[in-house]
Amino acid sequence: MKVVVDMNKCQDHGQCVFAAPDVFSLDADGRLAYAPDPDDALRDEVEEAADVCPLQAIRIED
Amino acid sequence: MTGTATGRIVVAGASMGGLRAAEQLRAAGWTGAVTVVGDEPHMPYNRPPLSKEVLAGKAPFESLAFTPKAAAADVEWRLGTKVVAARLDRRTATLDDGSSLPYDGLVVATGMRPRRLRCPGPLTGRHTVRTLADAQGLRRELTRPGVRVVVVGAGFIGCEVAATAVGLGVTEVTVVDPLPLPMVGPLGELLARALLKRHEERGVRFALGVGVSGFEGDGGGQGVGGADGGRVTGVRLADGRVLPADVVVESVGSVANVEWLDGNELDLTDGVLTDEHLRVGGRPEVVAVGDVARFPNARYDGVPRRVEHWSIPTDTAKHAAKALVAHLSGTEGESTPFAPLPTFWSDQHEFRLQSFGAPVLGRDDVRVLDGDPDGDVLVGYHVDGRLVGVVALGGHTTAMGAARYRAQLLKQPALTS
Ligand SMILES: Cc1cc2nc3c(=O)[nH]c(=O)nc-3n(C[C@H](O)[C@H](O)[C@H](O)COP(=O)(O)OP(=O)(O)OC[C@H]3O[C@@H](n4cnc5c(N)ncnc54)[C@H](O)[C@@H]3O)c2cc1C
Repeated sequence: MKVVVDMNKCQDHGQCVFAAPDVFSLDADGRLAYAPDPDDALRDEVEEAADVCPLQAIRIED
Repeated sequence: MTGTATGRIVVAGASMGGLRAAEQLRAAGWTGAVTVVGDEPHMPYNRPPLSKEVLAGKAPFESLAFTPKAAAADVEWRLGTKVVAARLDRRTATLDDGSSLPYDGLVVATGMRPRRLRCPGPLTGRHTVRTLADAQGLRRELTRPGVRVVVVGAGFIGCEVAATAVGLGVTEVTVVDPLPLPMVGPLGELLARALLKRHEERGVRFALGVGVSGFEGDGGGQGVGGADGGRVTGVRLADGRVLPADVVVESVGSVANVEWLDGNELDLTDGVLTDEHLRVGGRPEVVAVGDVARFPNARYDGVPRRVEHWSIPTDTAKHAAKALVAHLSGTEGESTPFAPLPTFWSDQHEFRLQSFGAPVLGRDDVRVLDGDPDGDVLVGYHVDGRLVGVVALGGHTTAMGAARYRAQLLKQPALTS
C-alpha cells in the first residue's frame, strides 16, 4: 500500500495521527510526518485516517 | 444475507453524511442497490473551507470535492433532485420530478440550511454561507473595493467570515450579536473573551449585547423581499443605531431540512430524533446521519442532541450503516450504543480553535490547563470535577496540547455512571 499526503493541502490538524499512529505523526513543530509504504495490515487504520482528514489530503494508492 | 441484499437503500442528502453513509453501507456488507438523492448539482464536497479558503479565493472547487471510495463506485447518484416527501409506512420516497422511489432501507442525511432573520427590509445584499454557490456569491461582493460588511451572528461561521473578510483587505467589518461575547455558547466566557480580543486586535469591530431590528435599503420603501426595499445599505440595531453596510452576512444558526419527513409521526422538533443506534421513529429500516440527526451520546448524559461538527457525518454513518445493514440482512445482535467523541476546529485569522469532547456541558467549571488566555491557551471543561471537554486556542502546536487530553477524554466513564 502506498500513502500519499498532499502537503500543499495539509494543515497539520493531526486527526490522522489518532487514526493511524503507526503511519502518521507530528514532529516537535507540529508538522506532519508519515511513512509512505506502510504494511498492508494497516489498511483499515490508514483508510480511517484518510476519512478523518479535514483537508482530505490523504490518498491511498495500491 | 437474506433476499433483501438485492433491495434498495435510498440515501436522502448528497453531502458528507450521504457520501459516508453510501460508503459505510458497502463496508458493512450491503450488496444491494444504493441510490443517493441530493438537491445540490454537485457531488459531495467539503464545507469547512467555504467560510475560509474558498471565501479567501485560495481553494478551487476541484480541491473541495470528496473522492468516493472505490467500494462505492456502483452507487447511483441522483443530483439536482430533491426528496419532497416520504411514506415510511409504505417505504417510498417521492422526488421533485414526481417519481416515487421504493426502498428497503432509508438514510436521512439532509443536513441543515441557514436560519434567516425575519426583520423588515430588503433582501438584496444579504448572504448566508452554507453551499458552494453561497460562498462564491459572497466572495464576489467581498472583493469589491471599499465594501462595508456587517456580519450578524458571532458564532463560529460568523467569526470565520469576519476573519476571512479582514484577511481579504476589507477595512470595515462589524460583527453584531445579542450575546455579550463571540462564540460564548459553545466556549464559555473565558475563551470567548480571549477570542474577542484577538479579533479586535486584527481589526474586526463588534456590536455585542444588541440584536438587529431591521435592514435599511436604497429603494425608498421598506418592503420585505428587495422589490421595493432595493439593496441593503445598513443594519438597524435594537438600540436605534444604524450600521452602514454594503454586504450583510447572516450567520444566526441553522434549521434542519426535515420537512420532507412530515406526516410520519416523527419527532422533528430539532432535526430528526433517533435512538442510540441512530434509528428513526422506532423503525429499524430508517436511520439518520450527520448534522440532521438528534441522537443520545452514551458517552454523556443520554439527552439527544444534534452535533454540527465535521467529525459527526463520518462517525454517525459508520454506526448507522452497521445497524441498518444488520437489520436488513437479519443479522441483528447485541451492539454497543453510539458514543462518539465530538471533535471540532475553527480557523480564524492565523489561529486555530481545536476542541475535543463536549465543552458545552462543562461551561460552568472552566479551568486553564496550560498557557494563558492572551497567548496560546488550553482550557478544560468539567462536570462534577470530571473533565468533559478541552479546547485549545492559538498556534498549531497548541492543538497538539489539546490532543494530549484526547486519550483521557476517551477513557472517561459515561457521565451518567
Ligand atoms: C461554512 C461552514 C463552515 C464549517 N466549518 C467547520 C469547521 O471549521 N469545523 C467543523 O468541525 N465543522 C465545520 N462545519 C460543519 C460541517 O461542515 C457539517 O457538520 C457537515 O457539512 C454536515 O454534513 P451533513 O452531510 O450532515 O449535512 P450537509 O452538509 O448540510 O448536507 C445535507 C445535504 O442534503 C441536501 N438536502 C437537503 N434537503 C434535501 C432534500 N429534501 N432532498 C435532497 N437533498 C437535500 C442539502 O442540499 C445538502 O447538500 C462547517 C459548516 C459550514 C456550512
